[in-house]
Amino acid sequence: MLTKRIIPCLDIKDGRTVKGVNFVQLRDAGDPVELAKVYSDEGADELVFLDITATVDKRKTLTDLVTKVAKAINIPFTVGGGISTVEDVKVLLGAGADKISINSAAVKNPQIINEMALEFGSQCVVVAIDTRNVDGIDFVHTHGGRKPTLLRTQAWAKEVADRGAGEILLTSMDNDGTKSGFANEITAEISAALSIPVIASGGAGNMSHFKDVFTFGKADAALAASIFHFKEIPIPDLKAYLAKEGISMRIQ
Amino acid sequence: MQVAVIKYNAGNVQSVLYALERLGVDAVLTDDFDTIQKADKVIFPGQGEASTAMRYLKEKKLDRLIPQLRQPFFGVCLGQQLLCEYSEENDTTCLGVFPVKVKRFIPESHEEFKVPHVGWNNLLDLKHPLLNGLDETAFVYYVHSFFCELSDFTIAKTHYIHDFAALMHRDNFYAMQAHPEKSGKVGERILENFLRIGS
Repeated sequence: MLTKRIIPCLDIKDGRTVKGVNFVQLRDAGDPVELAKVYSDEGADELVFLDITATVDKRKTLTDLVTKVAKAINIPFTVGGGISTVEDVKVLLGAGADKISINSAAVKNPQIINEMALEFGSQCVVVAIDTRNVDGIDFVHTHGGRKPTLLRTQAWAKEVADRGAGEILLTSMDNDGTKSGFANEITAEISAALSIPVIASGGAGNMSHFKDVFTFGKADAALAASIFHFKEIPIPDLKAYLAKEGISMRIQ
Repeated sequence: MQVAVIKYNAGNVQSVLYALERLGVDAVLTDDFDTIQKADKVIFPGQGEASTAMRYLKEKKLDRLIPQLRQPFFGVCLGQQLLCEYSEENDTTCLGVFPVKVKRFIPESHEEFKVPHVGWNNLLDLKHPLLNGLDETAFVYYVHSFFCELSDFTIAKTHYIHDFAALMHRDNFYAMQAHPEKSGKVGERILENFLRIGS
């Protein structure tokens, strides 16, 4: 039986793992290679690695780090942050990433999704969508959630799927950093409307939030960062809890 | 032991090389006819699209070489599908090692079953030494929209929408739809078992 996936996200700045609270204040949460290995050994189903400074920093640091992480772990591994060209993707896949995630670049030039899917296959193209509800309407935001766009989240999600995205990583900017639970409503709406998997992100605070996003939220996978980095919720405990609650889980 | 990993234009093979490196195996990534022919073991990885991959194999004359190889040969993901006789993906004639057809997943409703089949799923009816040490609690990582039909050559199944051939075996040819290089300790065990064949 296909299981729901638990995905720790490593936000990277200057080669270190950090997690922003509402994406603004940053706290150092350790060495990414070490964390990646711990997560892989603990039963994480996949890792996401977001370089939050990639748009301005040199790419080489990231590429080296991707290689180190890829050599250390044996679970799937997505890299995002500042990726805008087919060449960027080629470099990161060559360094050992299994999938790449694009966000702002896709909004700016949607055709890049088609190009990347054609060149590397849909399976390695994840489109990250940051959404925020403004007066009852869900709008896509870019640049780490700071910049609003005129795109409606639901319509954009459908468009990226049609253009060949393999998965959607949906982050609710309203919930991110609040620990009040995932944005189940919009996650369910998008997951039900699309044939590709949806990874829910933003708002995980306790174990029941994960149960909710897999049931009410219809998510295929759930992503979180700080609650894992600071060991508030150990992954083996979370997976045992979810399995007991009837959610299909890979238990090692 | 010389392990050749076949290089072609199908997705990322780097993770396969890293997985072999973790097992202490020195593998060579190559599309060279002679190097592949002389290798002790051959791994045929892959992600991507069937017709494009077949075109590349033909250019390198590997479409003739592969079915004639006699050393242990392991096709992974698209590599498994290309070892079959035919794929529905862009109506592609494949290598024909396994008299098996590759079909597209067609779910009745995508609310219940999404395509591609992405994530961890378990192996069922395991019946071959390649799977020694594993049972039906073994999960492997899948990313695919097409699957190999069940046949007499199926040595383990997985269920998604319906059963399909998770692993297959015929003579010196082994094949697996999931990614052993990305399937944690289970995948490592399968790779180790493959590398141990004949030694």
